[in-house]
Amino acid sequence: MSNRIVAPSPHLHGDFSTPRIMRDVVIALIPAFAFSVFIYGLSAVFVTGIAILSCMLFEWLIDRFMLRRASTLGDWSAVVTGTLLAFNLPANISPWLVILGSLVAIGIGKMSFGGLGRNLFNPALVGRVFLLISFPVQMTLFPDTAGVDAITGATPLAFVKEALKTGTPVTEIMPNIDLGGMLLGFKDGSMGEIGALALLLGGIYLLIRKVITWRIPVFVLGSMFVFASILWLADPQEYMNPLFHLFAGGAMLGAIFMATDYVTSPMSKAGQAIYAIGIGVITILIRVWGAYPEGISFAILIMNATVPLINMYVKPSRFGGRTPKKK
Amino acid sequence: MLKTFRLGGVHPHDHKISKDAAIRIFDVPKTATIPLGQHIGAPATVAVKKGDKVLVGDIIGTATGFVSANIHSSVSGTVTGVDAVPDGGNLRKPAVTIAVEGDEWNPAIDRTDTLIKECTLEPKEIIAKIAAAGVVGLGGATFPTQVKLSVPPGKKVEMLIINGVECEPYLTADYRLMLEHAEELLVGCEILMRALGVEQCRIGIENNKPEAIRHLNEILGSGKYHQGISVVPLKMRYPQGGEKQLIAAITGREVPSGGLPIDVGAVVQNVGTTYAVYQAVQKNRPIVDRVVTVTGKQLGQPSNLLVRIGTPISALIEACGGMPADTGKIINGGPMMGRAMANIDAPVTKGTSGVLLMKTEESLRKAEMPCIQCAKCVDACPMGLEPFLISKLSRLGLYDRLEKERTTDCIECGCCSFTCPSNLPLLDYIRLGKAETMKIIRARQAK
Repeated sequence: MSNRIVAPSPHLHGDFSTPRIMRDVVIALIPAFAFSVFIYGLSAVFVTGIAILSCMLFEWLIDRFMLRRASTLGDWSAVVTGTLLAFNLPANISPWLVILGSLVAIGIGKMSFGGLGRNLFNPALVGRVFLLISFPVQMTLFPDTAGVDAITGATPLAFVKEALKTGTPVTEIMPNIDLGGMLLGFKDGSMGEIGALALLLGGIYLLIRKVITWRIPVFVLGSMFVFASILWLADPQEYMNPLFHLFAGGAMLGAIFMATDYVTSPMSKAGQAIYAIGIGVITILIRVWGAYPEGISFAILIMNATVPLINMYVKPSRFGGRTPKKK
Repeated sequence: MLKTFRLGGVHPHDHKISKDAAIRIFDVPKTATIPLGQHIGAPATVAVKKGDKVLVGDIIGTATGFVSANIHSSVSGTVTGVDAVPDGGNLRKPAVTIAVEGDEWNPAIDRTDTLIKECTLEPKEIIAKIAAAGVVGLGGATFPTQVKLSVPPGKKVEMLIINGVECEPYLTADYRLMLEHAEELLVGCEILMRALGVEQCRIGIENNKPEAIRHLNEILGSGKYHQGISVVPLKMRYPQGGEKQLIAAITGREVPSGGLPIDVGAVVQNVGTTYAVYQAVQKNRPIVDRVVTVTGKQLGQPSNLLVRIGTPISALIEACGGMPADTGKIINGGPMMGRAMANIDAPVTKGTSGVLLMKTEESLRKAEMPCIQCAKCVDACPMGLEPFLISKLSRLGLYDRLEKERTTDCIECGCCSFTCPSNLPLLDYIRLGKAETMKIIRARQAK
């Protein structure tokens, strides 16, 4: 009798795999990347390339010489981290800062916790926030979307924050803001966050491929919209149009690609809703009253820290939890 | 909108390659090996000895206690032994072996195809006949049917639910029964309704079996049968054939944790079981055979065979085109919940709904990767559990936490392992943790 395989059920496996999921995320980022290249030209290719390669290199080095284990590059997660980190940087940033950011993202953000699946914080955001705090000037000088000789422009969020601080009423600011252009991506900002529409397209791809569910993006953007609307309705001269908040800064990139990171988001549907609403509310709080013009990176990292607690106390809806209808 | 259950579930490809193969009566084997424990509960007590002559349908094992079932001879001939015989997992289990001589049936059994619609028996008499015939859940769970029909005092049944879901990929035995023996099935429904004293019966069928839905609706449309019987088409989703999921899909009620279907006023019987009930009550025919789907992507002739209990499984494979060269795994049952067999000479039993041959490539598990907390197992769990967590707790042996996380609710459907992108054997560990937790709970209750 030949050797038969005997194993407990199930004997079938779905077609999901970690590398497939990670590759899908990379594919979903292509429209935004293409838009970034269209706006910033080769420098976008350059920054993204350096970020991906250095993330992969650092992961390999740490696997090989510190953790002394087989390379984990095959799971494609280093590529995702690299791409997302690059998307959070200005297109004209120095390559040395990209490499430093990659080291922090992979080394501290991910591998120090034990690698993929164990990190508490989103690695790309750890890298970005490290750079933002350590190199505030380089991190907030963006090439003008006209793309000519790196004339630095302010992001819409920074522009509005500055104007509001000096007491300019919203009605005078609004003529300078082109919401339609912001949606398409004609605004200054980090290289991957500008094309809101391109990011949405990637998000739809992820939904179709069942990589993400609608819950986290919708609750992040929804809670931002609701919170901003309340402020706007209370005083439309003091607070910006809620649509502005959705199209500005890293809202789309954060809601669709960063907040949905599996490892650093909660497991239950209710938990994901709480986490996502937390991100939306904190983002608006920082944007409106905080020291920084944009706050979604901080909001995501703060809520990342609450995930173990959420997982502990917020359980999925159990079968049989519903009480039977009485006749 | 088609109905379905509320939580979790997955969508494996259904691979119903044998769906157009009509049920074929399979040859009587030369020797039959009939295990005494073919059901959940205590094995039957042997009622024959070596050298006895038996007819088809004679009792060879009597039920031992309440949760047990009678065992009948599926062949006629001479008992050659009552020994421990290896089952599919190569574990030795008591069984009666019979050398077949001819095919003589017990004269009390009506072997004609004439449909007998009329049933005037009292509920108690019906249940007694079902028990006498050794009817058990033929969907694979093999729970003795008379126990399910004996409603405890204080409980009230409102609805009989017939399980025609057959959500396991590949299997088509119930589907063929619904197409070829619909009338008998509906009489079976009426008998069960009579036994339970209910006026409502729902037959749940997934929408990947439109012919079965149409066929049953046509017959019901003629008005010959009880007006309380109707077909409920369901959206295809595994594990809809799970008892609790099916009740939830059809009634919207969820059986509470640790409860029974009767707690929400439902009793569920499988299509094959209902057909066996008809045979038992109207024809005095005990369970001596059953429909088995023999299938596999490379098998020459995927078939649905009416097989005598006790026939070696290897004989079925031979009759369906022989064992394909590249066969990595042979499964007794469906691919989601069936058991991989080590010994294919093991006999067909009441619970054998299918025999599935899988290629080596499909049979091997993929390499495990780290858990990425993707929550796909949580989303897939039809019981609303957290498989990633209870699997980890099982590994760590934290049984008090396993109990709090409702591990004992697990129905072992396999959705978590199926969906895991990191190929983690979640259910393997959950099974271990669940078994240990149940042992601890029982020990505590015994105090």
